[in-house]
Amino acid sequence: MTARTVLQAADVQRAITRIAHEIVESNRGSSDLVLLGIPTRGVELAERLAHTIEHIERVPDPPPVPSGALDVTMYRDDLHRNPTRAPRPTQIPAGGVDGRTVVLVDDVLYSGRTIRAALDALSDLGRPKAVRLAVLVDRGHRELPIRADFVGKNLPTAASERVNVRLAGTDGVEEVTLE
Amino acid sequence: MKHLLSTEDLPREEALRILDTAEDMADVSGREVKKLPTLRGRTVVNLFLEDSTRTRISFEVAAKRLSADVINFSAKGSSVSKGESLKDTAQTLEAMGADGVVIRHGASGAPQTLAASGWITAGIVNAGDGTHEHPTQALLDAFTIRRRLHGAASRGRGLDGVGVTIVGDVLHSRVARSNVWLLTALGARVRLVGPATLLPVGAASWPVEIGYDLDAAVAEAPDVLMMLRVQSERMRDAFFPGEREYSREWGLTDERLSKLPPTTMVMHPGPMNRGLEISAAAADSPASTVLEQVANGVSVRMAVLYHLLAADPRGE
Repeated sequence: MTARTVLQAADVQRAITRIAHEIVESNRGSSDLVLLGIPTRGVELAERLAHTIEHIERVPDPPPVPSGALDVTMYRDDLHRNPTRAPRPTQIPAGGVDGRTVVLVDDVLYSGRTIRAALDALSDLGRPKAVRLAVLVDRGHRELPIRADFVGKNLPTAASERVNVRLAGTDGVEEVTLE
Repeated sequence: MKHLLSTEDLPREEALRILDTAEDMADVSGREVKKLPTLRGRTVVNLFLEDSTRTRISFEVAAKRLSADVINFSAKGSSVSKGESLKDTAQTLEAMGADGVVIRHGASGAPQTLAASGWITAGIVNAGDGTHEHPTQALLDAFTIRRRLHGAASRGRGLDGVGVTIVGDVLHSRVARSNVWLLTALGARVRLVGPATLLPVGAASWPVEIGYDLDAAVAEAPDVLMMLRVQSERMRDAFFPGEREYSREWGLTDERLSKLPPTTMVMHPGPMNRGLEISAAAADSPASTVLEQVANGVSVRMAVLYHLLAADPRGE
């Protein structure tokens, strides 16, 4: 099957910029925010979102918005079904997550099982004030009662299709394709 | 990976995967909630048919941190002391639904027998068999060396070019055998030093250098000096004239310690015979990694149990 480009590099960047603004708007500023990306591509998205948010509030010397990585491999519910995966590092910013608003960031939202695992992983790390979810692509087909607060692109798909997200920092090219 | 029986047949990539996973497990051990739900509902049996404290406790902590149920089984106080065979014991464990069996046995090859026999479908981890191998000890030693050398940047790295000198009772040491295979697979240069009576004849065909003079080995300032325990309980012959002579010739004395550069790591798999193969000052010096080895043992064993048991060991 041939791949069809759904988002080009400029579209991806615009989606990130818009999500950053929506996060700041719903949080009423950038204070107490922590962005945690789910490996692999969620980590790069979280970094870029954090960087964009820092420059939205036009103040001199913008306070840094902490971002990190949250690996969910050990919390997945399909470990028994699949060949063993190697976990990725979890990196929690120095301030921790207690009392902060944590925004989980992932590239594609599909069944919702990864986010369920992420919520479990997060509760072992502390007690955030609130948890939000930002995704670049929502492709539907949820298997759990989970929805995203911030979505780059709603993409209706068939379960047989594959959504490929490539990002500049991870893959060298930036696009979202459907095949 | 279904079983971990030896390091001799463990490829470098597989070893690195375990060591990298152990880095993540070490992060978990530093958190307030030191627990992962990964092996919830799995049963791990610690089948220890030879005495052990640190290895058994280490495996028990590792399995519990992954939420597995742990059953401890030792020769004393079980039907093994009534003469039950390994086969019957294994079949009993199988009937009770064990998913993983961590076995320590006095006979070399017992874990292989268990894995190849068809008596039991569980994943088998060798926790020390006779004078053959002790793979998780070698993995935790490699992990400890890598962490001391590279700190937080350890992931993905081997031990290429690292000089490791293993000293003492190699003949009876399963730790030494496992380390020879694993450390050389990871790229380290390994040298064995000890009295000729305690170096196995077969070592000539191993990928190592062999020496008999500890002072010469110390003068070469190796990156790692690994002192082995003198295993008196396995010695049925006189391998050296006396403890004082052993200590003088092949022990890490205060004098030899002072000749080592501060960057040399002093390792010991424990339990230590202080004053025999290692002086108290050497064991407690900043160069010593003995307590790090114990802490890292839990992380490495968590990684091994994860890779063996997270996917269904029966391959459903």
